[in-house]
Amino acid sequence: MAGKTLYDKLWDDHLVKQRDDGSALIYIDRQLLHEVTSPQAFEGLRLASRKPWRIDANIATPDHNVPTTDRERGVEGIVDPVSRIQVETLDKNCDEFGILEFKIKDQRQGIVHVIGPEQGATLPGMSIVCGDSHTSTHGAFGCLAHGIGTSEVEHVLATQCLVQQKMKNMLVRVNGKLGPGVTGKDVVLAIIGKIGTAGGTGYAIEFGGEAIQDLSMEARMTICNMAIEAGARVGMVGVDDTTINYVKDRPFSPTGDQWDAAVDYWRTLHSDDDAVFDKVVELDGSAINPQVSWGTSPEMVAGVDGNVPDPEKEADPIKREGIVRALKYMGLQPNMPITDIKLDRVFIGSCTNSRIEDLREAAAVVKGRKVSPTLKQAMVVPGSGLVKAQAEQEGLDKIFIEAGLEWRDPGCSMCLAMNADKLGQGEHCASTSNRNFEGRQGFGGRTHLVSPAMAAAAAVTGHFIDVRELMH
Amino acid sequence: MRAFTQHQGIVAPMDRSNVDTDMIIPKQFLKSIKRTGFGPNLFDELRYLDEGKPDQDCSQRPINPDFVLNQDRYKNASVLLARTNFGCGSSREHAPWALDDYGFRVIIAPSFADIFYNNCFKNGLLPIVLEEKVVDQLFREAEEQVGYQLAVDLEARTVTTPSGESFSFDVDDFRRHCLLNGLDDIGVTLEDADLIRSYEESRRKTAPWLFKAI
Repeated sequence: MAGKTLYDKLWDDHLVKQRDDGSALIYIDRQLLHEVTSPQAFEGLRLASRKPWRIDANIATPDHNVPTTDRERGVEGIVDPVSRIQVETLDKNCDEFGILEFKIKDQRQGIVHVIGPEQGATLPGMSIVCGDSHTSTHGAFGCLAHGIGTSEVEHVLATQCLVQQKMKNMLVRVNGKLGPGVTGKDVVLAIIGKIGTAGGTGYAIEFGGEAIQDLSMEARMTICNMAIEAGARVGMVGVDDTTINYVKDRPFSPTGDQWDAAVDYWRTLHSDDDAVFDKVVELDGSAINPQVSWGTSPEMVAGVDGNVPDPEKEADPIKREGIVRALKYMGLQPNMPITDIKLDRVFIGSCTNSRIEDLREAAAVVKGRKVSPTLKQAMVVPGSGLVKAQAEQEGLDKIFIEAGLEWRDPGCSMCLAMNADKLGQGEHCASTSNRNFEGRQGFGGRTHLVSPAMAAAAAVTGHFIDVRELMH
Repeated sequence: MRAFTQHQGIVAPMDRSNVDTDMIIPKQFLKSIKRTGFGPNLFDELRYLDEGKPDQDCSQRPINPDFVLNQDRYKNASVLLARTNFGCGSSREHAPWALDDYGFRVIIAPSFADIFYNNCFKNGLLPIVLEEKVVDQLFREAEEQVGYQLAVDLEARTVTTPSGESFSFDVDDFRRHCLLNGLDDIGVTLEDADLIRSYEESRRKTAPWLFKAI
């Protein structure tokens, strides 16, 4: 019999019931809650007079709507009354049901996908869900983690289970060593460029190979975070020393004998050598250049040394039409060099790239330099209050501020512009976030997805530039 | 949940691939704490020429005459014909809520994004996957014939054109059963409450750290 993949193992360990019709009940160890996708779920519980099945499996924080300035005022500082009601509703629901919440003034508040790992609320081998598609982030710890809709948030609150169909297995193997200045973000953008935004639909993707094994947890989280942009709800990396060292001594991590038992189990959380995948995709890590998205879908991406594509050269009529539409929306000309794209704003943050390592990489590039006077704004939004404190302890805030970047308070911010941070119509933004969809960062806004180092390089030059040219 | 058995309605063809959930319902409308009222803002940035705001009277806004749903012949459409990877992006259930609130009951495409596809079934909305060449044919027919309707039968798993041509589609048994009967799937899961408890008991013994109170 063939060995098991990591996904097979996680599935088997969480299987409560296999039904005859092909569906299965899967047990959920952890649910993360935020203000946007939970209010209707709590309301559903109340309407049906149901109680949460296991209150201590849940952890909540407001992140999508929170302002990134003036945070001393707490909820009162949220200017938009509709946003404020949503955050207040989360507070009220968590208080009523007794769910642990890091409220807006708590230093532990942050983006759900940053605080889970930071607190040790995300542990290897867990099944983790959240009403947010970027829940795939937690797969970096060898977790079975994926986004769900609000009806399923309610289902998990009420039953601690989800009804699922087993996905297929895909291995994305990134061989070789990454070059200097090439990050996890560049790797995942290159993967999406290769397999397309629907390439992973129906699959759980495991990322493996030498280039992935060499990466830090932060970089692995960036890669798993964007599995959904390739269509895969689940993105995973097998557990190794890097994983276990990251988890150790976190507030909710096990201790003593339980730690030892946990580590023994976690060491088994990788695909067996003879595991069979339904699909295998290989990339040469040493050939990946820093990436920049030029269009309105994350698969519309090119190396910084490349050009904007020419729709005339695309044979598939639907794809050609997609390129024409994207170039019109983005205000770009076919065949123009990526480095000729002029920028209006720079955003460093989001659940993809707002962890301490991301901020260190950006700070290293802007240190001793100044933000280009042609930019309207360059901002840094740390992923949590604790990331912010760590960065300030390392003096990164001073480096950013001296260079002319704004140093903000934690939240999702301009990744999806539900708070006051947004692009104006027609503005180009170098953004470390995950989606370049039309209007995502503001009505008529034009997003280019890049790594923190590339965003920092763009901030000091006013256009895209290969960050390696600025590295000493 | 509202049951779905059969439906017949006017078809609106939306000829673009990778329609994402930000496009289906932009973020400013996700601030609502209700499940209803999203219909006037469905495809907001494509449908109107100005920037939409929550709680606005949309009847006074400038509309984009080129957008399919603004054309008279597709008014009252309840079947949306779409291209590959429909519903990609965010997990927001506001997307199927908006489609439902607008009046759509069926979405037909060659492929859907996983989370969106799943969310539809929780809301009495039926996403149907048909082969690309069949979808191409339906696009042609819907564009050629004003008032073009399709009839969908979930029990029989068929889509039937006005000329009587019928195409069958796959849908997994559990989802089909819940939709046909309008079942609350939390209720179905809770029938297995004892199994869930016994899973927890055994898991607590082998992996006690998973049950540490937070």
